[in-house]
Amino acid sequence: MPFDQAPAAGIEPTSFSDLVRQKRPEALPSVEQSAAVEAPTATTILALRYDEGVVIAGDRRATEGYSIAHRSIEKVFPTDEHSAVAIAGTAGPAIDMTRLFQTELEHYEKIEGEQLTLEGKANKLAQMLRANLPMAMQGLGVIPLFAGYDLGRGLGRIFKYDMVGGRYEQEDFWAVGSGGRDARATIKKRYRPDLPRDEAVKIALEALYDASEEDVGTGGPDVLRSIYPNIAFISREGYRRIGEEEIAALFDALLEERKAAGRVHSRESVPGSHEVNQ
Amino acid sequence: MSLPYYISPEQFMKDKHKYAREGISRGKSVLAIEFSDGVLFVAENPSATLHKVSEIYDKVAFAGVGKFNEFETLRMHGIRQADVRGYSYSREDVTARGLANSYSQVLGLIFTEQLKPYEVEILVAAVGDDPGKNELYHILYDGSVADEHGYVAMGGEAEALGEVLQKNYKEGMSIADALKVGSKALSEVGGEEVPADNLEVAVLDRKRERRKFRRVSEKEIGELSR
Repeated sequence: MPFDQAPAAGIEPTSFSDLVRQKRPEALPSVEQSAAVEAPTATTILALRYDEGVVIAGDRRATEGYSIAHRSIEKVFPTDEHSAVAIAGTAGPAIDMTRLFQTELEHYEKIEGEQLTLEGKANKLAQMLRANLPMAMQGLGVIPLFAGYDLGRGLGRIFKYDMVGGRYEQEDFWAVGSGGRDARATIKKRYRPDLPRDEAVKIALEALYDASEEDVGTGGPDVLRSIYPNIAFISREGYRRIGEEEIAALFDALLEERKAAGRVHSRESVPGSHEVNQ
Repeated sequence: MSLPYYISPEQFMKDKHKYAREGISRGKSVLAIEFSDGVLFVAENPSATLHKVSEIYDKVAFAGVGKFNEFETLRMHGIRQADVRGYSYSREDVTARGLANSYSQVLGLIFTEQLKPYEVEILVAAVGDDPGKNELYHILYDGSVADEHGYVAMGGEAEALGEVLQKNYKEGMSIADALKVGSKALSEVGGEEVPADNLEVAVLDRKRERRKFRRVSEKEIGELSR
């Protein structure tokens, strides 16, 4: 045949990854050397369920050792109408993996004429992580969170992964990355089933803010440059990202709330601070 | 030993042309009509799942008439090529012209090298940022390409449909008007009204976000043709 009517043996006819491996292997991420590599790392991401779907969010910082590699990196990506991936771990391979995953889903949808189920998408991402294992062994691991609206079951679902491709469904919420533990602590105190959306968004923002106060790898809101966390939600109506202005307003409200509750102290009011300076 | 016989190349080619044309003329037709927001496709198709019109890439759509398995193979070839190119370079590097070129090569090769030519005609359409920038490439079973404007008719009744469209087509029509022109042409040439559930309608709509292709549901067809 003058063209690829049927892909070679052992290749899934609808798998985009297999197709690229056959046609353009150099376009796929891979590492051949054995030395460990230093590369920018993306940090805190989270997802939590609310009454009509799921909220997914991430801070904007990438670090390289002790320096900030990027102030305004994006970590939340829509992968199709009804699902999204947030990334933690090595930024480069994670972004590449997301792009491949996005194409994979769209490719399947176009060839087959229907979308994969949410379960199918989650399993595909696990396979891609397993394929990334050699890179993870060299310190270039990727840890995504996958969230989406399951149209068949009519609910939002969250999947967390480990570096070697383990896939675990999370009933309520999860956060990963260097500030993941701190973010989880905040969500845990505030979470309850069937939260309204606005409240879930507020919890996400608050969790990321708390993580940025405890963890050097997590970037807090940057008022000077107008850099705020990425927050999006997915419901039956699809993926929608919350606008920067709306997040800025929510953040201002959060700060006011904390000031009013007396949780932010001025320098003078901290006992003992004068003595140290004198 | 195979039977030694001789057919002149002229005769052989003529036979192939005839064979392909006859195959195509047995199938149902597809129309593509430019309207104010993009390109509208109308086809008579009793099946709701086996499509004649489909999405290839962000701005590019595909329509085929003739033998289903053959244009389906071509459709998948287009999606594969577009996705690999868009992934290795960038989404903007996938163009209708590039795809049309590739289809033309493939169909030309099949026509000359294989005993049985493909019995298909296909259309590669792209919606541009302005109404004047749409692209319609009509590709025949032997690989010849025509760069068309305004409207395209393919399939069994292509010639008669083209004449009706020429009379009724106007530049900058609304989607409802374009659909009326299209379904009227199909009914007029077919000799009877085509019911909405036998119509396959899709659009490339420049007002949509990244993926411009959209199928028009039976309900919406009803609303638009009112």
